[in-house]
Amino acid sequence: MSEPHGIAVAIRRAEKRYGSFRALDAVSLAVAPGEFVSLLGPSGSGKTTLLGILGGFVQPSGGQVLFGERDVTYTPPHLRDIGIVFQNYALFPHMSVGENVAFPLRARRMAKGLWPGRVRAALEMVELGGFEERRISQLSGGQRQRVALARAIVFEPRLILMDEPLSALDKQLRETMQIELRALHRKLGSTVIYVTHDQREALTMSDRVAILKDGRLVQVDAPERLHDHPADAFVAGFIGEATLVPVERAGERQVRLGTAVLATSRAVPAGGPLFLTVQTEKLLIAGPSAAAEGQNRLTGRVAEVVYQGESLRVFLILADGTALSLRQPSHHAARGLIPPVGESLTVTLHPEDTIVVPERAAAP
Amino acid sequence: MAGSDAAMTMPGAALPSGADPAARYRRREQALMLLLASPAFLIILGLLLVPLGWLVWQSFQADGFTLQHYRRILAEPVYWNTFATTFRISGIVTLAALLLGYPLAYAAASAPPRRALVILALVIVPFWTSVLVRAYAWLILLQRSGLINSLLEGLGLSEQPLALVHNELGTIIATLHILLPFMVLPLYATMQKIPGDLLQAGASLGGRPLHVFWRVFLPLSLPGVLAGLTLVFVLCLGFYITPELMGGGRTIMVSMLVSRNVELYSQWGAASAVSVVLLLCVGLIFLAVGRLVPIERIVGTQ
Ligand SMILES: Nc1ncnc2c1ncn2[C@@H]1O[C@H](COP(=O)(O)OP(=O)(O)OP(=O)(O)O)[C@@H](O)[C@H]1O
Ligand SMILES: [Mg+2]
Repeated sequence: MSEPHGIAVAIRRAEKRYGSFRALDAVSLAVAPGEFVSLLGPSGSGKTTLLGILGGFVQPSGGQVLFGERDVTYTPPHLRDIGIVFQNYALFPHMSVGENVAFPLRARRMAKGLWPGRVRAALEMVELGGFEERRISQLSGGQRQRVALARAIVFEPRLILMDEPLSALDKQLRETMQIELRALHRKLGSTVIYVTHDQREALTMSDRVAILKDGRLVQVDAPERLHDHPADAFVAGFIGEATLVPVERAGERQVRLGTAVLATSRAVPAGGPLFLTVQTEKLLIAGPSAAAEGQNRLTGRVAEVVYQGESLRVFLILADGTALSLRQPSHHAARGLIPPVGESLTVTLHPEDTIVVPERAAAP
Repeated sequence: MAGSDAAMTMPGAALPSGADPAARYRRREQALMLLLASPAFLIILGLLLVPLGWLVWQSFQADGFTLQHYRRILAEPVYWNTFATTFRISGIVTLAALLLGYPLAYAAASAPPRRALVILALVIVPFWTSVLVRAYAWLILLQRSGLINSLLEGLGLSEQPLALVHNELGTIIATLHILLPFMVLPLYATMQKIPGDLLQAGASLGGRPLHVFWRVFLPLSLPGVLAGLTLVFVLCLGFYITPELMGGGRTIMVSMLVSRNVELYSQWGAASAVSVVLLLCVGLIFLAVGRLVPIERIVGTQ
């Protein structure tokens, strides 16, 4: 596919007020044709509201929505030509699987003779070939989710919206579906805007992730950037498994943590409170031999070791009382490096991994 | 019951059933349930089954056992005509209730909660006044010199007063008014349970509002429609005071036939036979409808 099938979406200073409460506050977001963008944020941050504005169910109090060149801000839902997968699937209980999937074709007055082929193709795409005659009540949760997906893609929409479509599935099925959705997106080439409050899911699937907090967009970036270059303390704490530690600026590329001075490879922002973001996977136990030069070293006492299956989480208390934690894989060699509880432990943090964020990002 | 089979195939479990603690516990439980339910049983027995039995017994009595009452119902055209009138009036009232009640229930179900409450209150409040009062109110409104006729004449819409009461039309209007809540309430209950996001999904997938109504909302509201139709029709079959007052003695319904047989002719046997036939009709209707929708949904316990 040389040119993506998807359509560009632009949200310009979209706003939604309920009384004096701002559910969305001047949200601007541009999505490229064929891009997979996730909206990620805690409960109540305005994800569903933003999706509703895109779908046409929520009337914005201000701002603009464009699909390609077309201003759709006041276009009713049925004229927007988007496929939507709802959180609880919203399958029609009085129709069979086939009738559900054919609904968009019927609504668009497509010639009846073309339905069966299109329905079969859509169902095969979600690996439910031959399920046309089944009742919705006879399907498992994962199968319902796939039917909802087939119904949303059967008319080859150029934009697909999904509101936490996997949240009702168990972990294993969810992870399988994440990979499948990703593959399906590549195959279809549609633009996808995907709501989730599961950061792992957002990082796994998306080209870019838009982080919402209290109705505002805090950061829109590719998954690696979000994880390693968070814009502020909120994003840093929300993504990954981080501990935020207040630090002071000690130079252009240095911060002071208690009595220790840590080097960082990035410029330390000036002014305002600063936080060191310590992701559990970035702390390494310093071997006795490796007096690795140029690494930040932190020494503390092991407070607790929690076994979590594939890894162990080690809680460490530094001399000044700062609590940190790190992850060790649970294989034999790595476990051998963890001293017993109460003993002292030295860890290293590479300057490249020494992430310092301001409390609040400067308004973009 | 299943114990004997199990005992044969599983020698180790061959305990006499009396010694099985689980079975003993179950029997005690059942006895307790029976005890708790007995007041209800007694009430149903005393107030429903006994009078009903007496009614059926009466219908076969005239100086000893006889089928003459039933033979008369089959033979005399006045009975056939009355049953036909009753079914026709009930049918018209039921259809009119559906036509009026569906939009009303739809408005209530799709309105914000406060407005839905107002709409439902307007339907239910008249329900609290006596049937008699409402019938007289309609008489006053509809009679020759009543409000409606004066208004029509005042506006020059009619030359002579229209005959709105003391006939079938008057009966239908007043009965419809009284039975409308029995249509609106089950419809509202069903419509309210239709998830809003199904309609949103329908719209987002390209369905125009009318298409979504026709393909999604209407089919999902059908159980409520059937419940409303059944309730109104069955209640209308047995209506008495309203047709008596509004029909002007010309519109005879089955219930009036019963009362005349008792009051004018003291024909208890004939009256009972008519009642039993009406009861059978109602029973058959519920049986037929019950094949389409579980009865619990119609009576509203679900
Ligand atoms: N109809 C409404 N009236 C008033 N406030 C509303 C309404 N709809 C949403 N809100 C408020 O707007 C905010 C954003 O809601 P929204 O549903 O978009 O959150 P969300 O990010 O989707 O959360 P969740 O992850 O829990 O689904 C919430 O604080 C919510 O209470
Ligand atoms: Mg939501």
